[in-house]
Amino acid sequence: MKYVDEFRNLKLAKKLSQEINEIAAGDRRYNFMEVCGTHTNTFYRFELKSLLPENLRLISGPGCPVCVTDAPYIDNAAALAGLRDVIVTTFGDMVKVPGSHSSLYQERTKGGDIRVVYSSLDSLEIAVKNPSKNVIFLGVGFETTAPTIAMAILEASKRKIKNFSVYSAHKLIPPAMKSILESKDMALDGFVLPAHVSSVIGANAYRFLKKFGLPGVVAGFEPLDMLQGILMLVRQSKSGRAEIENQYNRVVTNAGNKKAQHILEKVFKPCDAAWRGLGDIPGSGLAIRNEFKDFDAGKRFKLKKTRTIVPKYCLCGEVIKGIKMPEDCKLFCRACTPDSPKGPCMVSSEGTCSIHYKYK
Amino acid sequence: MCLGIPMKIVSKKGETAVVSSGGTRREINIGLLKEVETGDYVIVHAGFAIERLNQKRAEETLDILRQIGP
Repeated sequence: MKYVDEFRNLKLAKKLSQEINEIAAGDRRYNFMEVCGTHTNTFYRFELKSLLPENLRLISGPGCPVCVTDAPYIDNAAALAGLRDVIVTTFGDMVKVPGSHSSLYQERTKGGDIRVVYSSLDSLEIAVKNPSKNVIFLGVGFETTAPTIAMAILEASKRKIKNFSVYSAHKLIPPAMKSILESKDMALDGFVLPAHVSSVIGANAYRFLKKFGLPGVVAGFEPLDMLQGILMLVRQSKSGRAEIENQYNRVVTNAGNKKAQHILEKVFKPCDAAWRGLGDIPGSGLAIRNEFKDFDAGKRFKLKKTRTIVPKYCLCGEVIKGIKMPEDCKLFCRACTPDSPKGPCMVSSEGTCSIHYKYK
Repeated sequence: MCLGIPMKIVSKKGETAVVSSGGTRREINIGLLKEVETGDYVIVHAGFAIERLNQKRAEETLDILRQIGP
């Protein structure tokens, strides 16, 4: 596949690895956080750890939208699925995520109408084809995905599709990064910044890192992208620089996709949000604006927050922040496996625990 | 999932386009982009093109990568 295969070239990967090892050589330790679950996936799928020096650690951050969706949201989604005139539509990852007592998967076995879709526009078409049902789309995802859901809402509004609504759990990456930095749980030397969130919000969106004196490099999702991104980070860190650099400049610009940002802001506004594992982060979520309240499932179905119950011994919270590894969790590979997940990190294909399980 | 793959625009009509990569073809929405032409590569995510891929920059990146090391 063009513009994919070239960035998986093993020979070039080894050259990058050599360069990183040479520059990082010494007594210093380097701790970088990669925020995005897709970066975690690349790192393990292509065994990049074997190409990096011992003194360089790449920590997985909270950029897995399914993983950080809190249990009350799942509880509400499961409850909706149990209603007779409702079709719940969702991206595939959400189906097996456990709530406090149930999951969409379990509701489906009880007869709930739950359908996996590739795009929110598919959900809209399901609404058109089923006028007597309420079709709800579970809006989970960061700034990459939220504009696409905004488009679906705008389309629904334009076509006056009255039986379609979105239950938003959308979240924003920069506030989560700030929250991690302010909590001081981790001693970080820099960030590998997301590829496609950045294509929407732009590299300039991370300028706040200067306040923390940390470098950040926007890196693509292919192995050579990540390695080049890490090389750029090591160079900055070693020379004490704290700049935002853009390795993925074939897609990401400094300003980002202005049209997508405009569409996002037209439909959504920032709100406070609860992140599984990180707690409440002000201004880190996206709520549907009042003028589109007819398409807001939260308002239409008067969905409330219920109490969060965390399974005993579940370490998803710490794993999401990068403080603990899946292997530190008592449940990992025992009570908690991809077939019977206890927490979201094991469910989502971007979840750290699921990735560690798959590639161990 | 923020996974988005580069796909080539084969044809377009209004707000939709047909894209292709490695033998796969699909119809996507291009409404999030200001302008896009047949022959362009775009990043496809959840049924939408979310950004254009700058082919010149892609080649420049590969050139830089090829020059790393001895």
